[in-house]
Amino acid sequence: MRLSNLLRIAWRAIIRNKMRTLLTMLGIIIGVAAVIAMTAIGQGSKQSIEGQIKTMGSNMIMIVPLSNVQGGVRLDNSSVQSLDENDITALQKQPVYINAVSPVVSVKGQVINGANNWSTTIQGVYPDFLFIRSWPLKDGVAFTNRDVKSAAKVCLVGLTVIANLFPDGEDVIGKSIRFKNIPFKIIGVLSKKGDNSFGQDQDDMILTPVTTVQKRILATTYYQYIYASAIDEKSTDSASAEVEQVLRKSHRLTASNENDFTVRTQAQLVSMLTSTSSILTILLTVIAGISLVVGGIGIMNIMYVSVTERTKEIGLRMSLGARGRDILMQFLIEAILISITGGLIGIIIGITSTKAVTLFLHWPTAVSESSVLLSFLVCFITGVFFGYYPALKASKLDPIEALRYE
Amino acid sequence: MDSVIVDIKNLKREFKIGEETVKALNDVSFTIKTGEFITIMGSSGSGKTTLLNILGCLEKPTQGQYLLDGTDVSKLSKNELARLRNKKLGFVFQSYNLLARTSAIENVELPLLYNNEFSASERKEKAIKALEAVKLKDRMYHLPSQLSGGQQQRVAIARALINDPVMILADEATGNLDSRTSYEIMELIQELNDVHGKTIVFVTHEPDIALFSKRTITLKDGKILKDAINTNIGNAKAVLEKLPAPEEFSTTTA
Ligand SMILES: Nc1ncnc2c1ncn2[C@@H]1O[C@H](COP(=O)(O)OP(=O)(O)OP(=O)(O)O)[C@@H](O)[C@H]1O
Ligand SMILES: [Mg+2]
Repeated sequence: MRLSNLLRIAWRAIIRNKMRTLLTMLGIIIGVAAVIAMTAIGQGSKQSIEGQIKTMGSNMIMIVPLSNVQGGVRLDNSSVQSLDENDITALQKQPVYINAVSPVVSVKGQVINGANNWSTTIQGVYPDFLFIRSWPLKDGVAFTNRDVKSAAKVCLVGLTVIANLFPDGEDVIGKSIRFKNIPFKIIGVLSKKGDNSFGQDQDDMILTPVTTVQKRILATTYYQYIYASAIDEKSTDSASAEVEQVLRKSHRLTASNENDFTVRTQAQLVSMLTSTSSILTILLTVIAGISLVVGGIGIMNIMYVSVTERTKEIGLRMSLGARGRDILMQFLIEAILISITGGLIGIIIGITSTKAVTLFLHWPTAVSESSVLLSFLVCFITGVFFGYYPALKASKLDPIEALRYE
Repeated sequence: MDSVIVDIKNLKREFKIGEETVKALNDVSFTIKTGEFITIMGSSGSGKTTLLNILGCLEKPTQGQYLLDGTDVSKLSKNELARLRNKKLGFVFQSYNLLARTSAIENVELPLLYNNEFSASERKEKAIKALEAVKLKDRMYHLPSQLSGGQQQRVAIARALINDPVMILADEATGNLDSRTSYEIMELIQELNDVHGKTIVFVTHEPDIALFSKRTITLKDGKILKDAINTNIGNAKAVLEKLPAPEEFSTTTA
């Protein structure tokens, strides 16, 4: 029997029971729409996280002292004392894959300008910090290595801090602000950076020479982090290995000692942050997949009903010369047509709702072609799989008994 | 035109229901020549339908031989039987068996759907011709529910004709119809036999219907009771003309 004939017969059977067919399709429609929307939202958030992390400087490497356990007390980062100036010196000695290094020491507190005050973070860094974070100045100039040497009381200020301390919008360069009773002269304004991937406002920040924080505020010689940057994106892994090697040497760790610091590259950070969202995507996709299976069972059920209902028709067709194979194909194609039509409707609804999510909730989304293709394929397979047994039952009917069926 | 189309020897058909065995056909033998018009008579349960189903290759005999057009049917596979029915046989059932919610023309086309030799346009052309032969061309796009019983049976006859069968098998094709409509159907059947030379096997238990055939086989308890040539064949057309014409009934005579 020709495929065109089979398709026509199946199509008529479907439109003859429009409501029933639609209800049967519902499981498939919901399943496919959910798969498309879920993967689009998952993909979108992953891409946006990747994009945000890129803005932190794609070649950036972060060195964090290991919060080792001492006497059962887990110490917080700022009191862990494994990174100091020796490490910086070691890293700067003969760098191969590293082209910039900066320590970070941060302290939280109140900054005051006259009657205005604002609680923020002061980070002590090197001038190279701006390069590592690819963070240009909006205004003014950066402090220099000489300022670092002299622990100069100068600072670069983020936009959020300015907005709170200078609500009138006046020119801030050259103005003085006080932090813990120390006056800092504003010499530059940081350009807007926005929220980081953890949702923190990166513009709520003041940068000063690292020595200023160490000597004038905290009275410490240690660093909380060291940031470095690799010479290019491809070299981040080599750079990370280099950092590890240099620091192990400068910390005099023997082969049996474990690292007392961790080195993280951007790539690792990306995979860390996206892993939760991909787990969520997988989970939701599994749920959507289950609803596809349920939809398939619905199709199977309705096909059994249809075969029973049309037993007499099957007998007639057989007596007029339809072979078992023709009947099998007729019902199989009907099942496939139901599932594929459901799938197409699901794809349309999935894409539309994805667009709606972007439009109204402003969530980033990205409909992937592969998810559309995959759902279509899964629908086809669902139709074949769940349609086969009812169709087989139909094809095995005895023409005489089927004709006699009431 | 007297080549043998059906050759049946010692045919038996038994049904086992639990312990009991029903002998629906018990040692039946006869031959049918091309162009014959045979009615099969007999009381209810005598095995008429069973015999017709075997002739139509819908059922296999328990024992005995059946040669259709020289082919031993018992040696054919299910698919070959389907092909045989599709190409050589035409069925007319008591309850019409038209597909509901499907137009007359599409019902008529049905057998050709299972024959790849015909394209959609050829199919339609043949269906129109067949509907013309049963004088229903003007009802081509009517649904079965929009046709009278007699008209539905004529659509079924058109369906049995579309594949140019060598033999038409009808099981109580007039069983659900009033006598006037029955005569109209018989007129059509006679025309198919006389003019188109179709071999016809017609099961009925109405003696006045059997009168229109050329030969009558009477069954009793699965055996042939009588196999007689009709010497006085009735003419359905003539009988119809003699009937008082009822108002608002359009006759089928051309
Ligand atoms: N599928 C079946 N299973 C069991 N017994 C059957 C079956 N088909 C027919 N029979 C039996 O075979 C016998 C002949 O049945 P058949 O249908 O051929 O009779 P018939 O002459 O056509 O009767 P009617 O005029 O009432 O249609 C009956 O006794 C019937 O009970
Ligand atoms: Mg019967």
